[in-house]
Amino acid sequence: MYPDDLKYSKEHEWVRMDGNVAEVGVTVFAQESLGDVVFVDLPDVGSEIKQFAKFGEIESVKAVSDLFSPVGGKIVAVNTAATETPEVVNAEPYGAGWLVKVELSGTAQLDELMNASSYEATLE
Amino acid sequence: MSADSQTQSVQHERFKETVLHSIHLESNARMVPFGGWDMPVQYTSGIIAEVSAVRNTAGMFDVSHMGRLEFEGVGAESFLSSILSANLPALKIGRGKYNFICNTAGGIIDDAMVYRTGEEKFLLVINAGNTEVDMEWIDSHIAGRSDFTLTVTTGDTAMIAIQGPTAVNIVDSLSNGEASKIRRFRLGSAVVDGIPATLARTGYTGEDGFEIIVAANRGVKLWKALRTAGAIECGLGARDVLRLEAGLPLHGNDLSTETNPFEAGLGRYAYFGASNYVARTALRSISESELPRALVGLKMVGRGIPRAGLKILAGGSSSANDTNVIGTVTSGTHSPTVDGGIGMGYVEQNHSAIGTPLVIDVRGRLVEAEVVDMPFYKRS
Repeated sequence: MYPDDLKYSKEHEWVRMDGNVAEVGVTVFAQESLGDVVFVDLPDVGSEIKQFAKFGEIESVKAVSDLFSPVGGKIVAVNTAATETPEVVNAEPYGAGWLVKVELSGTAQLDELMNASSYEATLE
Repeated sequence: MSADSQTQSVQHERFKETVLHSIHLESNARMVPFGGWDMPVQYTSGIIAEVSAVRNTAGMFDVSHMGRLEFEGVGAESFLSSILSANLPALKIGRGKYNFICNTAGGIIDDAMVYRTGEEKFLLVINAGNTEVDMEWIDSHIAGRSDFTLTVTTGDTAMIAIQGPTAVNIVDSLSNGEASKIRRFRLGSAVVDGIPATLARTGYTGEDGFEIIVAANRGVKLWKALRTAGAIECGLGARDVLRLEAGLPLHGNDLSTETNPFEAGLGRYAYFGASNYVARTALRSISESELPRALVGLKMVGRGIPRAGLKILAGGSSSANDTNVIGTVTSGTHSPTVDGGIGMGYVEQNHSAIGTPLVIDVRGRLVEAEVVDMPFYKRS
């Protein structure tokens, strides 16, 4: 449910590092809490986002939730599969349902995130 | 993700439970507070799958939280005529009528279904969340009358709605074909899976089906029998999508004491012919006046979902300045059936014609929408 190679925020987002670029998505806990995801609003490529600040919105049939970025930096890719077929966020939250890729403004910020076991402990 | 969606399940013990509560927990339903009750919002397959079940086969809902009041006696008809917008002398035994409980200004205290169950006997079904307010209103108008009795049967009975294209067949299969003899908007009796039941061929989804009332201690047995016969368990989340797709208003969202039946487009259910009806003068006056606003169907043209409370701006607006605001969304969701954002809202009368372009302020994002005819979905 919570892969060991990812880092997690208390707002239920995950980060997968590849060099200086962080892939960002929502956790299984988030997608299950939301229920059927029907709408995802993400920033444009090139925009700057701050760590732990709102960067988009995710909507289920019932409700709207804000997305808070686990890392700060520049958006270098946006997953159009997530915006065009939002159900992929439910189906594959750690794979095809990723949301954005962020070129980090600095790596020290990763220390603010949790490993899988610490994150899982916050859910209990 | 923000924590909004997790704050709903605190302090369950403050809420009432229907007789089907334990079966919802067994089915791993997600429970939420609704109208003072702890109710299932969805089961494990999710809202979209539940909506699809009702549109394509059959779904069932625990609606035992809805208020059920029985009025019986020589004065029952005249009393109910004094508080309901229904022509009760014209209502035959075994028939039901949608109506409003209006205050003396014509504002909507609640919307309700009234059925004549006998010569001098009526069943009134009201919204769970309004039961207390309705009871206060009713009590204040009984004012010493003793020519009828009022019995609240909400706790003594269970009520299950089964809706969808195969719903009637399912109930028929459990009642030796007795159920389908009851026609649309009528009420009758049948033995369903060995359980004596009152069946109303009504619902809140835009599909055919029944609302079935049985003794409280038979509720679980009926639920299991319907489930075994093919009905899919559905929660309030699906129910809200289904009623919105069918263009049916929800009191508390689209209707309130601040709105009247005529601006809601429901004047045909606002009968004010009874000489003792408390809202008679107000409703007649409203029916003869120009209405400043109207409840309309909304469909998103751009990307986004209308939600209750969002501002509606005039078509072409490029800013959310107050001068551009012409209305408010009262209900909205993503519709899996029409695959897009749909809603209802009140707009100024000159923006209410079908096809009028609008803009909805979706938390700062201005998204194009248009006025469309309701229902959004009609069964074939």
